[in-house]
Amino acid sequence: MPERTPPSNMEEFVKGLWRDNPVFVMLLGMCPVLAVTNSVINALAMGAASTFVLVMSSTLVSILRKWIPKQVRIASFILIIATFVTVVEYLIQAISLDIHKALGAFISLIVVNCMILGRAEAFASRNSVGRSMLDALGVGIGFTFACTCLGFVREVLGSGTVAGVQVLPSSFEPWTIMILPGGAFFVLGGWLLLFNWLRERRRNKVGLV
Amino acid sequence: MNTASPLQIFIDACLINNFVLAMFLGICPFLGVSAKTETAVRMGAAVCFVMLVSSTCAFGIHRALVAINAPYLHLISYIVVIASAVQLVEMFIKKFSPALFRALGIFLPLITTNCAILGVALFQTNRQYDFVQSLSFALGAGAGFTLALILMSGLRERLELADVSSVVKGAALTLMIAGILSMAFMGFAGMGR
Repeated sequence: MPERTPPSNMEEFVKGLWRDNPVFVMLLGMCPVLAVTNSVINALAMGAASTFVLVMSSTLVSILRKWIPKQVRIASFILIIATFVTVVEYLIQAISLDIHKALGAFISLIVVNCMILGRAEAFASRNSVGRSMLDALGVGIGFTFACTCLGFVREVLGSGTVAGVQVLPSSFEPWTIMILPGGAFFVLGGWLLLFNWLRERRRNKVGLV
Repeated sequence: MNTASPLQIFIDACLINNFVLAMFLGICPFLGVSAKTETAVRMGAAVCFVMLVSSTCAFGIHRALVAINAPYLHLISYIVVIASAVQLVEMFIKKFSPALFRALGIFLPLITTNCAILGVALFQTNRQYDFVQSLSFALGAGAGFTLALILMSGLRERLELADVSSVVKGAALTLMIAGILSMAFMGFAGMGR
């Protein structure tokens, strides 16, 4: 392995947004991405909740990383994550009951989102507090971005609105399938296709030069 | 109290609201280990078993937490119990059937982070199922998960041989197929009331 210079703080933050996007590139945390993205509002709420849990748990894991014994680290990480998920569940319930009802059990299921445990294990348990926070924030925003991408397409095609505001003319017949489970798979498949195609095109260009 | 009959709950969890294709629980193993039918069957069996164990435990915990009036401990205690149940099952299988243990391999510990397992525990609490209902819910969810996994692996084994563009290959194609499967499962909606 060639020696690499440690990436700057800015790079830690940016890599989660695009190059290592948790959903589009690493295919982590797919369950909530597919399940709750039938509208932009739900997608944003899910993204914000996950980001909060991710940032808080990464910070705490990073602070405690010297005291957590190696053998029980996974169990300790899950406990930390579960605590913050409980906090976020009560927070959402206090802020908006509608969103709490729409997201349902998927708020609690943030606990088993492999993206969060993955960041705690792969990054926060090995890096300083500041860098872990930046990394978690980047990945969280990348996740929110991906959720919103899906939610946007599904809401526009499925009900002709964006965040509840009518954007398509009323003569447009909504594609109900986009709101239903099947549509989630199709739209995510479509986005992955687009990213694959972009990557392939860039690789071909580099090859030609 | 929920009054649905155990058979109704089983069919609902297995076909009408299939855990993978309609509720999006357990997508990671669905995409990860559905490349071969053989591993898909084993993974399905392991998940069914852990679901039954954790559903039974979750039922007891729910009762205990209601008794001491501490609902905010639900999530934390469920996840701890599931993690330890998986660990117990692992040790049990290792002791009594080393052959099965080897066959399941890495899939067993990974079940802890499978959202379908935690999903069963959470939904049975939300819907206030009694003990028999919880058991049939867990069985139905496990059967539905296995069914989706086997269907998908059969399709993917065929696709290995198909000639598709390199852009489409991989996760994108798998998701598209999952979408079509999910649409097919919508046909079961008529079986509900």
